[in-house]
Order: sequence, then structure tokens, then C-alpha cells
Amino acid sequence: MTEKTVLNDTHRALGARMVDFGGWDMPINYGSQIEEHHVVRRDAGMFDVSHMTVVDLHGPRTREFLRHLLANSVDKLKVHGKALYSCMLNEQGGVIDDLIVYFLGEEFFRLVVNASTREKDLAWIEAQAKAFGVQVKERPDFAMIAVQGPNARAKVIALLAEVDHERIGKLGKFAAAAAQGPHGMPLFVARTGYTGEDGFEIIVPQEHAVALWQALAAAGVAPAGLGARDTLRLEAGMNLYGQDMDETVSPWEANLGWTIALDEGRDFIGRKALEAQKAEGVKRVMVGLVLDDKGVLRHGQPVLTAHGAGEILSGSFAPTLNKAVAFARIPAGEPGDVRVDIRGREVPVRVVKYPFVRDGKPCEGI
Amino acid sequence: MSEIPGDLKFLKSHEWARVEDDGLVRVGISDHAQGQLGDLVYVELPEIGASVQAGHGVAVVESVKAASDIYSPVSGEIVAVNEALNDKPETINEDAFGDGWIFLVRASDRGELNELLDADAYAELVENEDH
Repeated sequence: MTEKTVLNDTHRALGARMVDFGGWDMPINYGSQIEEHHVVRRDAGMFDVSHMTVVDLHGPRTREFLRHLLANSVDKLKVHGKALYSCMLNEQGGVIDDLIVYFLGEEFFRLVVNASTREKDLAWIEAQAKAFGVQVKERPDFAMIAVQGPNARAKVIALLAEVDHERIGKLGKFAAAAAQGPHGMPLFVARTGYTGEDGFEIIVPQEHAVALWQALAAAGVAPAGLGARDTLRLEAGMNLYGQDMDETVSPWEANLGWTIALDEGRDFIGRKALEAQKAEGVKRVMVGLVLDDKGVLRHGQPVLTAHGAGEILSGSFAPTLNKAVAFARIPAGEPGDVRVDIRGREVPVRVVKYPFVRDGKPCEGI
Repeated sequence: MSEIPGDLKFLKSHEWARVEDDGLVRVGISDHAQGQLGDLVYVELPEIGASVQAGHGVAVVESVKAASDIYSPVSGEIVAVNEALNDKPETINEDAFGDGWIFLVRASDRGELNELLDADAYAELVENEDH
């Protein structure tokens, strides 16, 4: 059974090309994926991300539970509304999923996890929560719209109740707050995203999602599909679960070392395996690749290095750069002259530090 | 979706062939195919002079989304390629049946053209694909 978000009819009325995305019938584009990409880099675009899973956690021991569940440390969350990106690992240190956790009260945290991993995530979280007496509540009653781009925040704020303008205008990066939207609808506004641009991800009760979408459209925010979302996040250097990492890959091997908090005395799931890997030396690393020649880097293409072969994870034409970029996992060590096998032809590529693009501009050295 | 020109013949894999006045066969992909692929960003053209076989891969078009082989509808020799696609691959999105042509073949057996779908049969194929 294909699932539909509450905005499905709205996408179809806009003439979107719909595709199956992890069991969800979602818009890949509304005409031109490249134009949608550019509008997010230059102005403001919106994505229906209602397929993502919102999970609320309640109980006096919720923080203690999250200290155990997540590889990043929720002790970094000290101010209400603050958000943290983290991996959730298995005992072997493999990534079950990546997620954002919001601190909404000492007894109330909110997780946003991926759509494609919903069932296994919920099963895992529920199983682990039992020992802490934490209540795990999925929130299918919510829809979610990401509004991204240099003008995104201003366009959203103009739609909020007057009394919220200043407070939401001052909302820091990676923080969230409640606000009143058009017609007084209750919104949860988070200054987060998956594009490398400033903007908000807005959680809205399903019954108000269409009205919010229409208000945003009337304010000049352009609809953008999951195709543009994918090229935007790749340029921004952000991993896609299932493509760039999974349960056979540790955060060390997915360039997510920065999200692992080895704080004193915290016994999180997967910690022992991560420490052992680090002590032994991590054997595979994730790098950025740029193809200066013509052609497109794609998932699965072999990457040839001085220490053996690796493979492209996410790869695509990057509209902001007008050339192809990719993430690849390759053997650790000085890689030498790196080539990618494109349909039997060995094409030289450059290994670079990413992100490739930030705040609308190519990063240095790309 | 734009009208399918009546003088074209098609492969099921969405390539079109048009016999020009000089007898050469011009080849491209259909408007339906470009719509399915999305924004095109790169076209790998064949070599002029290369010999091609009907139903075999000759060129590659890459959209943001995916790479697709382009098959030749007829056997013969490549006599010209659309160099303009090197700089403007999006021409295929804009004018798939016209300026977005990909290569030109001197057919060794024009009889192969009879095995292709005519415009009506192709329209029906696309119609069925959409449902």
C-alpha cells in the first residue's frame, strides 16, 4: 500500500511528477528539478516532508534514556527548543538511523526520524524505552513543510501572528519554538533544514497543512520536489540514510565523527564498538569527489585509489556548480590519483573536503 | 505533452527516427522520454564514422536523476552528431523532436525502419505506460 501525505492532492493539482519514495507517493519535481534547486539557493522553496516520522518521548527519565539511545550527547541540550543531530546505533556501532532530537521540557523530547526506516526505528526505540519507563508516541497527526532559502525565514515570519514576529525572527540556528500561523493555526517552527540554506522546518497539524502550503505559495515560496531536495543536500554535504550509511557502517566511516560524543561515563548503545574501531584504526573513510570533466557521478560506480577500490555513495550533477559531485567510501590512507569507473571508462576526479556549497555559494577549493 | 509528429518512427525504448530528404536517418528521444528523465545535464555522443547496429546502445543521455542508453533504430554508420548538445543538453528537454536530435545515421538496410512503431502505435504505447 502506498502512503500519501495530506498534501498529495495539492501536489497533483500543481502538476507534480509523483514517484514512490520509501513507500510514499511523493513529488519528485513540479516541472524542472534544476529550477527548483536554484530557487532554493537564490530565494525560497518549500518541500512537503510530511512522510518523515515525528516521535514524542515523555517521562521523567527521558533525558537519561536518550543518553543511552543516542551517539551524540543530549546533555548539550540545555535550553528549551534547542535541537541536536545524532545517530542512533546498534551494538556493533552501525547506524540504525540519523535523526534530530528537540528538547521541549525535562520530561518531553521530540524526535524526527526518516520515513524509510520508520518501522524499525519505532520498534528499536520502544524496545529500549521500556527499561526507562519512557512513553513513545508517534505523531501521524502532524504534517511537515520545510521552507528553505535566503528569503525563506522572512517569508514565513510575515505569515505568523504579529506577536510572534520578533521572537521567531530571533530564533537561533538549530532551535525551535511554537508560533501561530495563518488563521491562528498552531505551528512548531524549527530553524533546521536539509539544503545548506537558512530556513525553517515547520511541523503543522495535518488539518492545517494545505492552508499553510497555500499561504506560503501566495507569499512567493515556490514548491520544490524531492529531486531538488536530494541535489541540495548533496551539495550541502549532508548524508542520506540508506545511501551514505546504514547498519553496516559506523559514523567514523560516514564522516559523522563530529556527532559522536565520547563524554565521560556515558554508556550509549554502540559506544564499545566505536571505541574499539577507533583504537584499531578506521579502515574506510568517506570523502567528497568533484568531476571537472563532463559526465555524471552516480551511486555504485567503482572508485579506484592507491589503496584499492571504493564506491560512490551519493552522486549527482550539482546544479549550483554545474558539474558532478559525489560522496565515496574508500580505503583509508593517502588515496593518490583517484579515478571513477564510468561505464568502463576511468575518469580522473578530485578528492575534496565538503560541503561543496554553503549559503548559495561554492565552497573554497570546489 | 506535445503532438507526436506523424513522420516519425519509434523504438519501444522511446527513440525516434526520421528519414530526411537525403535518405539519412535522424535519431532522437521522444518528448515523453525527456519528460520521464527530467532535466538533462549531459549527453555522451557517438563518434562520427562509428558503425552502429539496430537495437544497440550508441549514445547515453544523463539527467540529474539517471543515465539512459540510447539505442539506434537502424544499422549503419554515424555521419553526424548534434554537437550543440555538448553545451546545451537541455535542448532535448525543450525540443525533443526538433533541435534536440542526437545523431544521424547512413542506414545500411532501410528495411529495418519497417520494424519500428509508427506515431499512432507509439502514442498508444505511451498512453498504456501512463496507466
